[in-house]
Amino acid sequence: MDLHELEAIAERELAQRPRLRILHCSATGCQASGALELKRRLESLLAEMGRQTEIDVGAVGCLGLCGRGPIVRIEPSGETFEHVKPDDAAEIIAALDGHACHVARCDQNHPFFTRQLLIVRRHCGLINPDRIEDYIAVGGYRSLYHVIHEMTPTEVIQAITRSGLRGRGGAGYPTGLKWATVAKSPGERKFVICNADEGDPGAFMDRSILESDPHLVLEGMAIAAYAVGAEQGFIYVRGEYPLAIERLQKAIAQARRHGLLGTQIFESGFNFRVDIRVGAGAFVCGEETALIASIEGRRGQPRPRPPYPAESGLWGMPTLINNVETFANVTAIIENGPEWYSRIGTEKSKGTKIFALTGKIRNTGLIEVPMGITLREIVEEMGGGTPDGTPVKAVQTGGPSGGCIPASLFDTPVDYESLAAVGSIMGSGGMVVMDEHTNMVDVARFYMEFCKDESCGKCIPCRVGTVQLFNMLTKLRNRQAHPSDLSRIEELCELMRETSLCGLGQSAPNPVLSTLHYFRHEYEELIGAEGDHGS
Amino acid sequence: MTTSTTETAADRGARPAGDNRRKILEATMKRFQYQGDALIEVLHKAQELYGFLSPELLSDVAQRLRLPPSRVYGVATFYHFFSLAPQGEHTCTVCLGTACYVRGAALLLRELEELSGVKAGHTSADGRFSLLTARCLGACGLAPAAVLDGEVIGHADRSDLAVRIQSLLGRER
Repeated sequence: MDLHELEAIAERELAQRPRLRILHCSATGCQASGALELKRRLESLLAEMGRQTEIDVGAVGCLGLCGRGPIVRIEPSGETFEHVKPDDAAEIIAALDGHACHVARCDQNHPFFTRQLLIVRRHCGLINPDRIEDYIAVGGYRSLYHVIHEMTPTEVIQAITRSGLRGRGGAGYPTGLKWATVAKSPGERKFVICNADEGDPGAFMDRSILESDPHLVLEGMAIAAYAVGAEQGFIYVRGEYPLAIERLQKAIAQARRHGLLGTQIFESGFNFRVDIRVGAGAFVCGEETALIASIEGRRGQPRPRPPYPAESGLWGMPTLINNVETFANVTAIIENGPEWYSRIGTEKSKGTKIFALTGKIRNTGLIEVPMGITLREIVEEMGGGTPDGTPVKAVQTGGPSGGCIPASLFDTPVDYESLAAVGSIMGSGGMVVMDEHTNMVDVARFYMEFCKDESCGKCIPCRVGTVQLFNMLTKLRNRQAHPSDLSRIEELCELMRETSLCGLGQSAPNPVLSTLHYFRHEYEELIGAEGDHGS
Repeated sequence: MTTSTTETAADRGARPAGDNRRKILEATMKRFQYQGDALIEVLHKAQELYGFLSPELLSDVAQRLRLPPSRVYGVATFYHFFSLAPQGEHTCTVCLGTACYVRGAALLLRELEELSGVKAGHTSADGRFSLLTARCLGACGLAPAAVLDGEVIGHADRSDLAVRIQSLLGRER
């Protein structure tokens, strides 16, 4: 494979493509809403009409508005329809011919769409994730070619560093710095791992990227491998994501067949092989040392750092671990240059972030927004508030490691530092909206139950602390708590933060502390009622 | 490499004649060159083939991969995905992720527990139905979500789900 062959594939693909196209979302959300049956109906209808070669029915990746699936987009007009039922097939074909159509259209001028800035999701909804030709037709694998033939590994790392990209898994560690550390760590072999163990409940952007544009992640990993000097990569995917696994397997096989993965990529001396490892349902495996233990076939228990995986990771070798969304940013940086990327976002948080906007919100789905946008813009303008107009009370970001941000702080800009300053974290991108009916003590207890079950049991502060906190919150919920319990809860939270071994235990108190800070009255009400409900 | 001579209880299980599950599992282990690192991949395959991981199956895997049984048992019990007991004929998994929780998944689960008489995480005595929970299915846009025999059901409605479960179990209301 060389550049000419790549261009030839792209040209052939574009030349063969029918002008009229019906594209339907084929990600998990829309499949569950009946997208596959719709596809069958469209195809059989077109066959009856004898128009199956004239009109292309294509599966594409996630179009974002998951709460209103199945979503269908028609080309060339670009109109998008929502809640499309199999019975609507004829109407959709009519719309393609320019006739009247009664299926509800998505309002493309709504802030939900207009406020987005698509970098990672730029191909989502445009290409068929099962076809490498589609990816090549939109410019895929050009960045990898460019990097291998025109850049040194050091130049690649410098470009990533200058772009200001930070880890999208939650902690926000500078990506370029991580790559540089792995590159200069001595080791006979090095590894690149893509962390696709998206465990935070309420976050599904990584699943969506893998289901919609798997080659984007593979290309980003290959560029990283070239930069740090690795020849083997692993993608650690949650077992709960069968469709993502299937699409990745297909994508890896296609890339190998085309000589874009494997040995002597683009006829250079660069070799890179990618294997999938399927997680077995342990939240703690999102922690990098636990993830490494799991790939090595052991219990997913973290170990103390340092040494960091960048120096001693998988089988003791220097290992680069980045999140799916981080790798998915790489090709855009190479394509458009680090200066372009660093102009997007805020001073310390560059680029865009994808959020899964869920909970009590009118427009549920995935949004990619520039860093620095405020929570108010996301929740009120893009999300459209709660479905029934009940006032929004708070948003939860960062899952079990994050916190609840009250509506009074909705002018907070979304970036790593600002979210940390209000007691939450950026996290992997879950954003759960809560309204006045949501009890915050319940929410804190919900997360503590989660952490209690997911604690690996290795260190005592986390193993015992999560159970004790859960019991104290339950006692509180049952109105059996003593006034001194609140300060005991805080004391225990502090202890866990300071002494737990890994991020799970250190951050498990966050949902409790943030709700105690902003919604203390809800805790106190449960104690105040002791007189009425005592005994 | 010859196949193991120890015939496990699982081998003698549901499909006596023409059961090639053991061969498939052996091929998987061979593909990973019987390396202990592949333990989780092998257990995934074993569970896919047999439905659950019996003690015999676990000790068989330990022997073939030359790992102490304690390590195999330790891994099998650490991960939620692995089940050491057979699942019911039909399964319903209720997602308890945050988005689903905020949209009433806990209530949904309680009602299904009452309806089926099966506690979450358990299987009915007749082995016909398992009620399970999931941390997050990643289908938050469809909250509350549930999976009934492999089919994802979005915006799960309590009464609708109840009807479907009862018709699966062939019970009259």
